Amino acid sequence: MTSLIIESLTLSIEDNILCRDLNLKINENECWGLLGRNGVGKTSLIHSIIGVRTIDSGQILLDGQNISELSRRAVAQEIGVLFQDSIETLPATVLETIMLGRHPHVQSRIKDNQNDHAIVDSVISELSLSELSDRQLSSLSGGERQRVAIATLLTQTPNIFLLDEPSNHLDIAFQISVLDTIKSKLYKRPASILMATHDINLAARFCDYFVLLLENGEHLQGSKKEVLTAENLSKAYGCEIQSIQTKENTLYYPV
Amino acid sequence: MISSRHYLLIGILFVLTGISILFSLLSGSIDLELSVVLSELIEPGSALENQILREIRIPRTLAAFTTGGLLAMSGVVMQVLLRNPLADPYILGISGGAAVGALSAILLGAGSVFFTNAAFAGALFSILLVFGIANKFGQWSVTRLLLTGVVISAGWGAVINILLTTSSTNNVQSMLFWLMGDLSQSQVYLGHYILLAAGLAGGLIISRSLNVLSRGELFAQGLGVNLGMLRITLYFAASVFTATAVTIAGSVGFVGLVIPHILRLLGARDHRILLPCSILLGGSFLVIADSLARTLIAPQQLPVGVVTAVIGVPSFIIILRSTMTK
Repeated sequence: MTSLIIESLTLSIEDNILCRDLNLKINENECWGLLGRNGVGKTSLIHSIIGVRTIDSGQILLDGQNISELSRRAVAQEIGVLFQDSIETLPATVLETIMLGRHPHVQSRIKDNQNDHAIVDSVISELSLSELSDRQLSSLSGGERQRVAIATLLTQTPNIFLLDEPSNHLDIAFQISVLDTIKSKLYKRPASILMATHDINLAARFCDYFVLLLENGEHLQGSKKEVLTAENLSKAYGCEIQSIQTKENTLYYPV
Repeated sequence: MISSRHYLLIGILFVLTGISILFSLLSGSIDLELSVVLSELIEPGSALENQILREIRIPRTLAAFTTGGLLAMSGVVMQVLLRNPLADPYILGISGGAAVGALSAILLGAGSVFFTNAAFAGALFSILLVFGIANKFGQWSVTRLLLTGVVISAGWGAVINILLTTSSTNNVQSMLFWLMGDLSQSQVYLGHYILLAAGLAGGLIISRSLNVLSRGELFAQGLGVNLGMLRITLYFAASVFTATAVTIAGSVGFVGLVIPHILRLLGARDHRILLPCSILLGGSFLVIADSLARTLIAPQQLPVGVVTAVIGVPSFIIILRSTMTK
């Protein structure tokens, strides 16, 4: 089983405290939403979980082991991150890029492995990317690039998914289908998700637990019911947010 | 991703390498017969033609191939390290440092051993200077490295201009040849071949990491790459390749910038393929360029750096155009 534990984590940027004394335990099969206004530290939190950003204090434990003591490769075998920015200055095709997702698992430095190819092929068909697979990244639209990034993440086959704005550039149909695809991994194997997003309604649809980052390093966490209240959200975003109940969902909107 | 297309490309480049070397051995101020070249390779002879071949043409051809291979490989690595398609082996000021060393040696009327040592020392000084400054303030970012390199490069440029303007006409001629890249004085030794082979072997070992780093530093770290180690390795590897190439032949332009791009346009984007291809194409390109430099206006010689640009620019544009219309 794979568990991620964040213990009394404090993060700051320059003199600004992003989060103070954050404790969080993400168990397998849990889907967490990470909400908060711009610049509050959602991306920094995700980066610090995999150890690419220095933390002020606290520790991050992956299956009981401190992440700073694990090799980066070992971390990458367990935790996959969907980053916000990608770089396309040097050319690469869609297929080549998705194949890179196998990097933490490759056995040979030179030879490709049939199993890796099989994983790539199945991800490509799952995300309906086969028509794009020979295209250059630079020729893709923003939404297509995002789907390629998500395909690369799925190819990595991590047990913990950290998603930074997964719905970026995606139209509403792809937002749902892509997140459905990722979430279906939770039931096929012991996986978990932490998803930072601006889209409260999308998060409410997919996540069962929430971390809400507030100003000055404060934060709220708990089940959807406890955290996603109009009052908490209004406080977090500094603007009045109300909710309405539809047949299936609770929807949130600014007044 | 390696496909049969890549093996075909490597095969073609091997053939090109063979042809270029043969072309280089046959051409020069004295025309040699193909039979002389072939018989010399099998059994060394003692005629004048055999001596020319053994003592002048073969060493010079090998020097050109080694220099071209080192420059192309350095270009590949620099472009990944800086993730900048404009990066070339000289962008971080290494050639400037070497040039100041070499020109000072010319100015002092030093002999060839001191001359190459001075060039290498200048390059080494520049490598450490840029690394030290870029590394000084903790976080080592690509932007800081690039800016430091470009500024140091400009500084060397100024020193070079001072040396040029204050030197005698006689010295200026050899200084200009060196600055444009010139193989007429070049010597390569066993150490150079070992560096080329070790560079390729090391490059192949980390070639998958290079593929990942091409897509960005965060992305690479997320996929398990130890970025700090990799960056330092790449910086020093590319620097040593450049410093060695510059010490052999001066600042031959164009090879390190354009050969990697031509190969990427031809489909060799995976570094497992790109690195060996860059040695073959960079090497044979410089061998051909140097043959032309020796023969175009014979008995006079052109600096090879001029020829690389003259053939390189149009061929790059042709390949760019033909792959864009696909």
